[in-house]
Amino acid sequence: MSLAGHFGYWATVFLMMAGLFIVISRGNLVKKLVGLSIFQSSVYLLYIVPGKLVGGTVPIVGAGFTVYSNPLPHVLILTAIVVGVATLALGLAIVVRIREAYGTIEEDDLLAADARAD
Amino acid sequence: MRTDVILRVVAKLLIPFALMFALYVQFHGDFGPGGGFQAGVIVAAAVIFYGVIYGLPAARRAVPDRAVELMVALGVLVYAGVGVAGIVLGGNYLDYFVLGSDPVHGQHRGIFWVEAGVAVTVSGVMLKVFYLFAGRGRDPEDEA
Amino acid sequence: MIETPGIVALFVMLAAVAVAVARQRNLFGVVVLTGTYSFLMATALAALDAADVAMTEAAVGAGISTVLFLGALNLVGSLESKPMERPWIPLALSLLTGLLLVYGTYGLPAFSDPHAPIHTHVVPRYLEQGLAETGVPNIVTAVLASYRGYDTLGETTVVFTAGIGVITLLRRRRRREEGGA
Repeated sequence: MSLAGHFGYWATVFLMMAGLFIVISRGNLVKKLVGLSIFQSSVYLLYIVPGKLVGGTVPIVGAGFTVYSNPLPHVLILTAIVVGVATLALGLAIVVRIREAYGTIEEDDLLAADARAD
Repeated sequence: MRTDVILRVVAKLLIPFALMFALYVQFHGDFGPGGGFQAGVIVAAAVIFYGVIYGLPAARRAVPDRAVELMVALGVLVYAGVGVAGIVLGGNYLDYFVLGSDPVHGQHRGIFWVEAGVAVTVSGVMLKVFYLFAGRGRDPEDEA
Repeated sequence: MIETPGIVALFVMLAAVAVAVARQRNLFGVVVLTGTYSFLMATALAALDAADVAMTEAAVGAGISTVLFLGALNLVGSLESKPMERPWIPLALSLLTGLLLVYGTYGLPAFSDPHAPIHTHVVPRYLEQGLAETGVPNIVTAVLASYRGYDTLGETTVVFTAGIGVITLLRRRRRREEGGA
């Protein structure tokens, strides 16, 4: 098992699990959105780390360079970053409306309020 | 923050350069890192900076709500319009090589307009979301 | 060769900031740490030769996201989250999923392997003929706007839809009604 060759994936998995833990542990809605954005950014690493070639350069064709890092993951992750911030904006708008409707953004209090209302 | 001299002066110096840099990133995106998304976000960040320092009503006077809402829709229309232009000029949807005298020239044109559309929509959406969050406030003012 | 140790150091810093975000209770501190995390991620992406992505992550992650979070925190009003009590089940779930994922990544190519499938399928064609076919030296822009233009149209539509969604959720009527909508 090449330990040195897979460190990128381990960093990805660690960040992904940190984000997952923040999301699924009971708590504040804003902090859950922060955990979600950490989760999403770990996926950027998952895509871009395999595309990197040590000794290569940025994929902009220029004189004097022969080895380029892979441009295809960059394209996909550009889209992913912008979609991530769009999701974040919508999520925060919903949190604001929840706060105005319930008066709290703690998940425990929200579930209790909903249980009382039923 | 309106009364802090240092912040106001630094903002007045930085915001024009930030807008110029956004234009550079947009049009130089063919030759270096950059493109529509980055330029749109930098434009939105410059106007948000203005709004934070000088107050939201001043930012709303500089870039009105109507203009921002128009930008949100206009970018997607421009992008889709480039595709329709490809059909009208004889190719398939989003074919660029029919847009110019020779295929590479057509590609240049297509990429230019497509990136412009992306920049307009991204900057419009980021700015509109900021206006909505900052303008909501705790006490109800009658802003539509 | 300074590249790989630098990348490893950045990954370690990212992991440390992520753990700090999990432990921090003050929401304003959480937002500031998220901005730090985005800047570190942008640096790591630049070290991985992803210049466009690093610029976008710095502008969007550290710029716009922080502004949105601060705006939302201002509206929400609370600055402190409740302390986590007995987070053992989420912790165990995360550890278990993490171990399964690490076991799964052993099938993936090693770092900087030039014979990985990603380097041999369609990308050599983009790199060799992108400049000749599109006239644009930045291959990322060429692929984004020309070769894969449909995906970018979809993404612009997603941004538009998110803007419309936020407008619908947060606009105010002339006559303010209690409870909104």
